[in-house]
This record gives sequence, C-alpha cells and structure tokens, in this order.
Amino acid sequence: MQIYLPIAELPVNIFFILAIGLAVGFISGMFGVGGGFLTTPLLIFIGIPPAVAAATVTCHIAGTTFSAAFAYWRRRALDPALAALLICGGLIGAACGVLMFNRLRAIGQLDIAIATSYVILLSVVGTLMIVESTRAINRARSGRPTELRRPGSHAWFHGLPLKFRFKHSKIYGSVIPVLVIGFVVEFVSTFIGIGGGFLVVPALIYIMRAPTSVVIGTSLILTLVTMAVAIVLHAATNHQVDAVLALILIIGGVLGAQFGARTGQRTRGEHLRLLLGLLVVAVGIRFAFNLFLEPDDLYAVRALDTR
Amino acid sequence: MRSKAALILLSVTVLCAQSAPAAAQRLIASISNHRVMVTSSFTGADLVLFGAIETNTPRRGGYDIVATITGPRQNAITFRKDRRLGIWLNVDSREFENVPSYLAVLANRELDEIASADTRRRLQLGLENIPLTQRAAVTIADAAADDPFRQAFLRINMQRGLYREAMNGVTFMAPLLFRADIPLPAGVSVGNYEVDVRLFADGAMIARAPSAFEVYKAGFEQFVTTTSRTHGFLFGLVTAVMTLATGWIGSVVFRRD
Repeated sequence: MQIYLPIAELPVNIFFILAIGLAVGFISGMFGVGGGFLTTPLLIFIGIPPAVAAATVTCHIAGTTFSAAFAYWRRRALDPALAALLICGGLIGAACGVLMFNRLRAIGQLDIAIATSYVILLSVVGTLMIVESTRAINRARSGRPTELRRPGSHAWFHGLPLKFRFKHSKIYGSVIPVLVIGFVVEFVSTFIGIGGGFLVVPALIYIMRAPTSVVIGTSLILTLVTMAVAIVLHAATNHQVDAVLALILIIGGVLGAQFGARTGQRTRGEHLRLLLGLLVVAVGIRFAFNLFLEPDDLYAVRALDTR
Repeated sequence: MRSKAALILLSVTVLCAQSAPAAAQRLIASISNHRVMVTSSFTGADLVLFGAIETNTPRRGGYDIVATITGPRQNAITFRKDRRLGIWLNVDSREFENVPSYLAVLANRELDEIASADTRRRLQLGLENIPLTQRAAVTIADAAADDPFRQAFLRINMQRGLYREAMNGVTFMAPLLFRADIPLPAGVSVGNYEVDVRLFADGAMIARAPSAFEVYKAGFEQFVTTTSRTHGFLFGLVTAVMTLATGWIGSVVFRRD
C-alpha cells in the first residue's frame, strides 16, 4: 500500500516503512540504543532526501526511547543529577547541531558530511565496542573476575573544578566532563540524525566510570529530552520533519522495541555489546564503501529550496 | 458609440484575415485534467492531451506536432564526484537556476525530421535546445549542449522520469486529430505546468496552442505541508507530542510489571 509523504514529497510503501520501524525498534529495545544510526541510512537508501531522513528520525528515536525511558524511570535505574547535567550540555549541543545541519545544507555538503561522519564515528565506536566486549567475554571464559572499578584510576579531567557527588552513580568528580559529553554527543547526533545512545553509554562507562546499572536509563533520558527538543528545532528552522513518515516509523518502532527488550534481557551484557559493536561497524563499512568505491554515476542532481 | 467600436473591430478583423496566409490553420488543444490532486495515495498520474487542427484546406503532406510540457521552475544543483585521497567526494558543482522541475517533449516523429537544426534552436525545440541556465562562478549563462554537467542533469532527470523526450509521444488518430500521453511520475513538484503545443508543416511552425494544468496537494497533505512551512514551531511541538504519546501508549499497552 503506497502512501504519499507530504514533506518528503514522494510515495512510499507503508508496510516497508513499518518494517524498518519494527526492525530498528527491535534492535533499539534489545541494545538500549535509539537506533537512529540504522534508520537514517535505511531511509536515505529507499530514496527519502537525507535532510528529511535525518530530521524525521529524531521523532522515531524520541518515540521508541520513550517507553524504555519510562520503564527505567519507574525502576529508578538512572541518575537524575547526571541526566540533568548531560541534558544541559546536550541541549546546547543539539541547538548547535541543528545550526550546523542547516549551514551545511545551505552550502550543499550535508550528504557528504553525514556520510563521512558516519564512517568515522561508526567504525571507531564499533571497533572499540568489539575490542572491549571480546576482552570481557575472554575474561569471563578464563574464569577471572570481571574488572572492578579501581578507585584512584582517575584521569586528569576528573580533577577539574566544580566537583559534584553523583550519589546514585556513586561517583565524585567534576561536572565539566559531563557537560562536555552531553554537548559533543548531542551536537553530533542532531547533526547526523542519530540518537547518540551508543555514544553516551560508552562515554559514561569509560570516561565517567559510572556503573552500568544507571548508565542506560540515564542515556535514555538524555536521548529522549534532546530528541524531543531537536524535533521542534528541526521543524521550526528547516521544515524537514515529515510527520506522516514519523508516525509510521514510531508505530513500528514501539512495537519492535517491546520484543527487542525481551530478547535483550535474556542475552548477556558483553555478548550484547559485541553484537551491537559488529552491527555498528557493519553500517560504518557500508558507508565507507560509498566513499571509497567508484560510484555508478559520478554526477548527482539535487533540487534546491526555492521557497 | 458602441456600433462605431464594433465597426472598427470588424474592419480590423477583416484586415487581419486578409493579411493572413491563404490556408490558415488553427490549433486547438485541451488536457484531460486541468487539476491534478496529490493525496495520500498519489503514485503519479497520467494526463492525456487532445488536439485538433482546424483548416479549410488540409495539407497533403500532413502535419507535425511538438508538445512541450514545462513544470514549475526551481533551482537545482548538480554535483560531480571525483577521487580525492581515495575518497569519492563532491568536488565540483553547477547550480542550475530556474530550470523546469518537469520537462516533457512529445512529438509525432523525430525532431530533426520535423524542423531544421536552426529552427529547433530558435524555437527551443527538444531537450537539447531548452535553455538550462547555469550559474558558474561569476556569470549566468546557458551552458553549451555538450557541457558534461548539463548532460548529467538531463540524464539523471530522465532516469527519474521527470524529463522525457518521446518522438512517438504524439499520435495522429485522424489526419487532423491527435493525442499525447503525459505521464507524471510520483515525484513531481506541485505547481503550475505549462503545455505548449506547436504545429509544424514543411519544417516551419505555423500555429501554437498554449494550455496549462496544475498539480496541487489537497486535504491532509496540503494541511501538513502548509503548517510545517508557516507554523514550523507549532508543527514541531505537535509532532513531538504525537511522538511521545505514541511511545507512551506503547509502554502502557505492553506494560508487564
């Protein structure tokens, strides 16, 4: 069944979009990430203009994250203070990300910028995740206890001023790296149309040394709030948010997330991280192919806004 | 007073009629649908152009028809990729200003059989003779027909079905009666489409009939598009609320604890 998307100005198969929403929702529920890094490329691949895809995916991420965030909130499996600080940095980052998005779109380099960012970001983060989780799996196999947080293994940025005690996470450190993490992650995410969950989670674990139990809930809240704001920012400045496309994606996403969450709970943490790492790298490689292989057509035409 | 004006009008008409060539042709053309509605189930449309040649003394050699359909104009950019440090990047681009978003040239036979190269150029007949203004660094000019950016622009738009040149697009059902199919792909822009039907005989244009149709969004699509443009902030808020509400409904429906 074809449905015409009013903003993207093209017809799409409603079940196909629903399937994308379902599949990505399943993955996001399973790994506790927004899944934007999959949805944006998939939408671009089926012919949705990159600008519309990146702007609309913010809705999909906000929608699928909501139910998960709600569940974590009820279980109090998050650190409110940490989340609040991340959101502060994140909102500024999101605003700058939208500005950058509009600027690059105006000079016609948005697509390349998005593709390049994907390759760099996904391959680096994915490789790190694979390396880390393989080590964790090996450690578990050889029977050695999992690495405990070593007190005193503080990096220089933990000693910055404005120290704060994050009671829930049982960490004591400067608020500056938290703000910076929030800013950088959301700047990148809003700009390239991802949720940023897969960036916040490792950043909090490895940089802030926050316990895994609060990290996912905290990152979900951050993603939720900044994505909701990003929807409004995108809609108000570049008018590229397609509400119809968003609604179909969310319905699929919310359904998929429920099944994904159940599968995720039955799988071990390091195995999940390895799988997610592989997935992230695979998407990165797919984008790299686009950059490194000679394209079928050296030329590309894009309509510019006349309004 | 009125009778005087009528008299002048009459004499002018008579004068005009006398100065016109002996075998005057009139071209009449009409489109099956003047308003194409884009709704949620829009997957493209097919319009039919009908036309008749009115003449007292039909030519023995027959007539030729060339119909040019021009969609709403827009600016477009054509990028060229090249390898830089192993990566394929957009290294060069040309901006096409005020070019048709849809362009179809339909004729009953090959254009070079209908009119000479000179005439075709003068009348902007056929895709290769339609001006596509390009903005280079400083000047704005129509690019030469063999310009690679222009070629790529035409080729890609033809692949998308937005530009077409069909030399069998016009069919004569009777010596003085013709029809042409105008296929509009799903990706057409909304706006006014100009249809210019031209009648040729012996390599010269002898009559033309302009016509037009409009592609417009209606109902919900229209509402969404307009609102997103005019009330972007509000549109964003509503979308955000809708998004969160869907997420919330999902979490309520699937609640297990």
